[in-house]
Amino acid sequence: MLSYAIFSGITLGGMYALVAMGLTLQYGVSRIMNLAYGELVIVASFIAFIFMTTLGINPIVGLLIIIPLSFALNWIIYRILLTPLVARAKNRGMLEVDSILATFGLLFIVQGVLLVWFGGNYYSYDFMNGAVNVFGAAIAANRLVALGFAIVIGLGFYLILTKTRIGTALRAVAVDPTSARLVAIDVNFASCFAFALGGAMAAVGGVLVSMFLTFSTSMGVVFTMKALIVVIMGGVGNLLGALIAGLILGVAESLVATYVDPGLTIAVTYVIFLLVLLIKPSGLFGRASS
Amino acid sequence: MTSQVLLSIDGLHKAFGGLIAVNQMQFDVHEGEILGLLGPNGSGKTTVMNLISGALQANEGKVVISGKDITNLPAHKISHSGIARTFQLVRILPDLDCIENIEAGLAYRNNPLWGDDAQKAALDLLDRIGLAKQAHTPAGDLTYIDQKRLELGRALALQPKLLLLDEWLAGLNPSELQDGITLVRKLKDEGLTIIMVEHVMDAIRSLCDRCVVMNAGAKIADGTPDEVLSDPEVVRAYLGDSHA
Amino acid sequence: MSILKPDFIKPVGLGAVIFAALAFLPNFVDNYYMSLAISVVSFAVLATAWSMFSGPTRYISLATVVFFGIGAYTVAVLGEHMAFPLVLICAALAGTVIAVLVGFSTLRLAGVYFVIFTFGLTELVRQVVSWYEVNVTREMGRYVFLDITQNDIYWQLLALFAILLLTGFILARSRLGFALRIIGEDETVAKHCGIDVTRVKVALFVLSAVFMTLTGAIMAPRWTYIDPVIAFNPMLSFQVVIMALLGGPRRLLGPLLGVIPLTLLFEVLTASFPNHFSILLGCVFMVIVYLLPGGVIGLYEKYRAPKKRTLSPPDGNNTTPKSEEKAA
Repeated sequence: MLSYAIFSGITLGGMYALVAMGLTLQYGVSRIMNLAYGELVIVASFIAFIFMTTLGINPIVGLLIIIPLSFALNWIIYRILLTPLVARAKNRGMLEVDSILATFGLLFIVQGVLLVWFGGNYYSYDFMNGAVNVFGAAIAANRLVALGFAIVIGLGFYLILTKTRIGTALRAVAVDPTSARLVAIDVNFASCFAFALGGAMAAVGGVLVSMFLTFSTSMGVVFTMKALIVVIMGGVGNLLGALIAGLILGVAESLVATYVDPGLTIAVTYVIFLLVLLIKPSGLFGRASS
Repeated sequence: MTSQVLLSIDGLHKAFGGLIAVNQMQFDVHEGEILGLLGPNGSGKTTVMNLISGALQANEGKVVISGKDITNLPAHKISHSGIARTFQLVRILPDLDCIENIEAGLAYRNNPLWGDDAQKAALDLLDRIGLAKQAHTPAGDLTYIDQKRLELGRALALQPKLLLLDEWLAGLNPSELQDGITLVRKLKDEGLTIIMVEHVMDAIRSLCDRCVVMNAGAKIADGTPDEVLSDPEVVRAYLGDSHA
Repeated sequence: MSILKPDFIKPVGLGAVIFAALAFLPNFVDNYYMSLAISVVSFAVLATAWSMFSGPTRYISLATVVFFGIGAYTVAVLGEHMAFPLVLICAALAGTVIAVLVGFSTLRLAGVYFVIFTFGLTELVRQVVSWYEVNVTREMGRYVFLDITQNDIYWQLLALFAILLLTGFILARSRLGFALRIIGEDETVAKHCGIDVTRVKVALFVLSAVFMTLTGAIMAPRWTYIDPVIAFNPMLSFQVVIMALLGGPRRLLGPLLGVIPLTLLFEVLTASFPNHFSILLGCVFMVIVYLLPGGVIGLYEKYRAPKKRTLSPPDGNNTTPKSEEKAA
């Protein structure tokens, strides 16, 4: 029972970490506080559902289509909706407030459209449901596959950011957009790219999650919430921090759901979040603000 | 110096990550004097001002005013212990008019003024800093020198024992500079103790009783303006800097 | 005493006359319109109370329904055990305690943490209340059978709104209100002027929360049955934010300008397009953010010659609308 709880916590935590990495990129580099983020996760889950149930495309193959599609979609969202806000914001605080309000609008529109199409029911599909024995616990194969993909994609993403030219440019913009401009980095392009890449991460998370969890149109907000908490816990812009924070959150939730009460998972998330805010608001691995 | 020590700083230390901005600073300020805090750009002068005024928290060391330890108190408590400041980049309250800007300093000090009393006191102060005519102008519409005056007025409204001026004379043209120097001298004559971070040498020579020179976060000289400005180490620190 | 000055007596007197006249509304309209009037007044209280804190500080609070729900639950739990005014006092106390806790743990931090925290707070409170009801009382819902008519609710809300406006009016002329304006302009300057900014923010947050809690308490008898899903419906928080922003949260009467059209619009929308409500709410958000960033009142101020700016050019081109101020 314990090893099952811990393993399912790690799978869940891996998803949180993956989704949060995308959000930390959007917030850390593009400076957009995207509260519609979780909706994009859920949209991807529903697309994977349609692929699987009506087109017969399995979610792994589906990723090949969904990743470029979500990248393009987020690119467009940034160019059309967010660029005007970035242009009119006089400082970071104002962009934060504006982006929060605009993405609220987006949240309701996306949620509303999903609700009209799919209604309020829970959805799931069968994909690799067979059990595999891991350390004495029977784990569904789809969880293992999801975790494996989360690790591979998360790692690839980490390498892109640390080893490539564009990754270095993104990190430079995250640290200081003004100075980044001085070394000939196209800050607008970098912001847009980071936003789109972050959105693609959200979509990957959505597809992987849909392989082993039931989902509904109203779950986007929960994903946004958890991703935000993981981002803050890990320290804004800190990918490894997001990974560790995501795992902590996933395991804590899974343990509470197994041993205390499944109805209290959000309470756990919140207690952890509150402790971080009270003790170290810059995040577990964030730099102290000066 | 025979007069009493007003402010005493000992072993003050501040690091931002790996960068040590202020390293074991130690100096005293005596009642009624103007102390110049000098040093090349980036030597940690503003950080010292921020540590004294509570805008930043020190890692180590002590700040004591009139015998009272105020190290790392929140900024509003430090302002209640008699320290007021201006900012390196002038900070006024742009949408409030000049009277309200001064009232901001009057309304939350130790013996606060509010209502008609505050209005009267604010007008008196505006008159003293030469802004009486602009009483109802939004502060954001003032010229640069007037914004600086207003910021000083707000600091004075707090009735401080010690005033921190962070490059208050920077960016003024020659005639404005003369006005500024006269204003600061008047404050000293009224008995106010002042620490000024300054690059304008004319102002330093004519106003400061004593100077502390910093380089790379540490104190390298302490004495009269003439003494410190002829100190070889100070010259070396400034070498290549246009103010040397 | 400044209270006896004409610039105080005039608006307060005018307000008293208007509210006295509104108290006679039940004599003229039928039940449907009374129910609409109750919606308008309750949203007016919520949006005005929200703006009292969030307008000057720019901390976007999504916790409105938390306090509203706490008020409603206090009535559900205590309503049959004590006199209604006592219940209201208990509700206000409960709201105060929660607001103090939330305020002191989050208002020291940057605004974005506060938004995120309040964003999830509703979910947390709803889960905790549900958990308590399922595991301790073993009843998911509660019935509110009180001898309170629709008209009573209307009058209580009207009185609450009058008190709120008077509070806001006095606040704007008080040291506390002035401190809040200074914090809105420049928090660092506020600290160096001797203002304990965290305490001021918490004080205002609590004040605003008390009015929200009371609204929930007064509205509770209207439902007869409540459960956590009804009492803590997150949509309410968003509706309040959007109403306040449409009207303009930086003026006392600003939110009212958003409340009236949007309450009517939402009323029509929920009746005719129940499934598309969320989409339309999203569109209203977009319209406000992109077309009306200062709210209706910001638009009005933009085209009105500035009153106090005697030395600035008369065309007022150099005045910045409130919405474009830098965020603290």
